[in-house]
Amino acid sequence: MGDDMDIGGAASSAVESFLKETSLYLAPDPEIMENHGLEPRTAYEDQCIAKESDPVRLEIVRERILAGVNESFEMLENMGAAPGAKWGDCVSAVYTASGDLSLASSGGVVIFCNLVQYPIKFVNKYWAGEPTVGIKEGDVFIVNDARYGQAHNTDQSMMMPVFHEGQIVAWAGATVHEGENGAIEPGGMPSLAEQIWDEGLKMSPFKVAENYKLRRDLVTFLQNSVREPKLQYADMKVKMYVCRRIETRIHEAIAEYGVEAVVAALRMNLEDTDAEVRRRLSEWPDGTTRHSWWTDGTLRENVQIKINLELTKKGDELTFDYRGSSPEFTNRSNNSLDITVKGMLAQLFLTFIWPDIPRNQGVLAPVKFIFDTPSVLKPAFGTPNAQSMMTVFTAWSAGQVCAMKLLYSNPHKYTRVLAPWFNMINTFLFGGLTQHGEMVGNVCADINGMGGGALADRDGEHGCAPIFATMSDIGEQEFIEEEMPFIQIVSKKMMKDNQGFGCQRGGMGYQMVLAMRDSPAFGFMLTAMGAKFPNIPGLFGGYGCPTYPLSRISGVDVFDILQKDPGSFRYSIEELMNERPFKDGKYTTHPMTIGYTLAKRGELYMISQGTGGGFGDPLDRDPKDVIRDLDEDLISHDVAWRIYRVVYNRETLHVDELATEEARNAARRARIAASKPFGEFCKEWVKDKPSGKVPYYGSWADKSLVHAGSPDVVHPAGQVNPPVIMTHPMQAKIDRLEAELAACREGKS
Amino acid sequence: MKVFITSMLNIDLDSERWECASCGHDIGDARHNYKEGLLARERDPSEIHAPILDAAKYDFTFAPDPDWCRIVEYCCPNCGRLAEVEYLPPGHPPAHDIELDIDALKAQWAKREALDKPVLGPDFVAPPHHH
Ligand SMILES: [Zn+2]
Repeated sequence: MGDDMDIGGAASSAVESFLKETSLYLAPDPEIMENHGLEPRTAYEDQCIAKESDPVRLEIVRERILAGVNESFEMLENMGAAPGAKWGDCVSAVYTASGDLSLASSGGVVIFCNLVQYPIKFVNKYWAGEPTVGIKEGDVFIVNDARYGQAHNTDQSMMMPVFHEGQIVAWAGATVHEGENGAIEPGGMPSLAEQIWDEGLKMSPFKVAENYKLRRDLVTFLQNSVREPKLQYADMKVKMYVCRRIETRIHEAIAEYGVEAVVAALRMNLEDTDAEVRRRLSEWPDGTTRHSWWTDGTLRENVQIKINLELTKKGDELTFDYRGSSPEFTNRSNNSLDITVKGMLAQLFLTFIWPDIPRNQGVLAPVKFIFDTPSVLKPAFGTPNAQSMMTVFTAWSAGQVCAMKLLYSNPHKYTRVLAPWFNMINTFLFGGLTQHGEMVGNVCADINGMGGGALADRDGEHGCAPIFATMSDIGEQEFIEEEMPFIQIVSKKMMKDNQGFGCQRGGMGYQMVLAMRDSPAFGFMLTAMGAKFPNIPGLFGGYGCPTYPLSRISGVDVFDILQKDPGSFRYSIEELMNERPFKDGKYTTHPMTIGYTLAKRGELYMISQGTGGGFGDPLDRDPKDVIRDLDEDLISHDVAWRIYRVVYNRETLHVDELATEEARNAARRARIAASKPFGEFCKEWVKDKPSGKVPYYGSWADKSLVHAGSPDVVHPAGQVNPPVIMTHPMQAKIDRLEAELAACREGKS
Repeated sequence: MKVFITSMLNIDLDSERWECASCGHDIGDARHNYKEGLLARERDPSEIHAPILDAAKYDFTFAPDPDWCRIVEYCCPNCGRLAEVEYLPPGHPPAHDIELDIDALKAQWAKREALDKPVLGPDFVAPPHHH
């Protein structure tokens, strides 16, 4: 189980070995990459389980190994040099000898849980019997190319075989979101990548250490390929010692309980998880939920991109059918690999639905996936994917909405139904020379400040955690400022009215007003969707988030202003932009998608984190909660009335309950009067194609047909020909200006 | 027996009908799209997500662009409470978002005790922060 439904027939083993021996290039192996499920039990695992099957004893062994993995995670987090490691965007884990992830650290990013299996399986299949490589005790392998199995190319994983008496009995692995990887832009997630060759390091799984020692020649090559050579070396050492610590703890467990108990515990952990997930799925109602959502750009231009999901649960299996989603963008980086979608969804279950389930890849064994191939969620081999988050997060949120609609009725839940979490990386990426003269390229930890979704009985949490790493921290701003040449003048201050309205409201996002200070060459980039079309909806009558722009004030040095005329400064984006307090400033707004741009000292860059979705009808919100939000300056009087219909004294904030009830009843009657029966509404509302005002990609009513930019041309899904190739935005601008110029000249002659 | 499908929609298994969880109003055949029994209206997104930045001065204001996005609201024809809110490009067909196998649902609940209110489950607790 767990195979994709679009997998082809497997080649016979003779053909396979012939191909293996004669292949000039070992690309990612579809047989490995198409199977997110568990490997079959090996004969040795059978023997071990026959000898050791007492669940209590296996649980003791499991806990013992997990303690070792958690210890290794502490090392990773505390010693890791990348900002991602410091804030928990990393994980360590134990894998079976076949490469299935059996035990991930209790902290860390679970998306990796379903991803590092692939490169280990590649190493097992191709390098074990390869005379020029081989797998020996003390070897360590490294990978970063997502197509061989990573969440994205900015992550780097190292993997070490664990031997017992000359035989591999497990694998240890450590993964960190390293950031910098030598791509066309700093920070590891280049929006500008038009080809995979613009994406920086392309490490297929290879051996980088022997006898527990990093090979200095290879390390130097990798350092020579990235902007942060010290970071590259430091974190390779850290990851290797993390693997080594796991290896030590496994050897100790073997010494105490015997190798059979360790191998049986690792295998049974996977099989038991699979069985428990099936049991839990059986509790869900059988049926289909559907949700479509749209992102509003490729990071280079604003276009409307559909993510289409039909989630079907039958018996003890679940199928995510993403057909009808947008075609791939062959020269843009916003395509997501299917394995990234799967990894993200594994962590939907492990964090947001069944947080008590052991963290391993067994959770996806009963789950199937269907994609159009190629499409924006399963691109062709040569299509860039460096900014996969732009579509995978939307695909994930669609999964969250569809799952919640199947979960609410269950009499037995493992955690609560939740409105959509905010899902976009409303944060700054930065790069350049620091005040200490070092070259850096990375991402601000404000990526971790996404607002939480509302629950049935309480509001969502403000600036809580990213969807992919619920334990991640937003870090200490002062600490960052010691190392980096920019200052957040307004930091972690909630943005008024930036709220997912509902009976319970979403957790809100804070604003970031930032300026560069002490560097001859430093710049920022932004890579977030959602300036035209919001990123998330609400749930069961609640509303979603608003849209989020980048605001800029250029032509000023705010540090001079703060020194000479501090009273003129305003401490919110709203006041700075609407009041325009600096007379020489140029005030502009943009989508949150600027490519790497060098900053001038004291210019302001301003963005806001996003809010989680609301739960239920806002007119049912307790007026006391509305007043609390007003009092805390989270909403304006306008929102208290326009959205929540609360009547109160503006000075004392005392609620007039009777008048509120009357106002709300009147609003409900007005709603009924302004609405139409569904059938009648659809006759007026539904059009047979997109309006044409906006370039549209993906299906409309029929998921087997997709648009590729135009309302009038459709292609069978997965067979878009010619493929989608976007014009360079600069060229598009030149074309537009030349046409204008030609029209002007014609007008004159 | 009633099954609480969303916070605003129940299915009565005996009559196989959708009903409003708030006022009990009959919404229609449980084997069909519940939206068929609701009222719908289109909203300009800025009626909900009003501009925070001055729309006279700026292109991007925190309000969604109506050429890209409209909000469709579905309410109970009797009590007027919102059951669902959909964000769609102008003219895009609404989703048949919940389609349950009613026979399987009846078989599943035949082995369960009736509930008098939805079960919330243990609170959602994000794992402790690290850094
Ligand atoms: Zn009602």
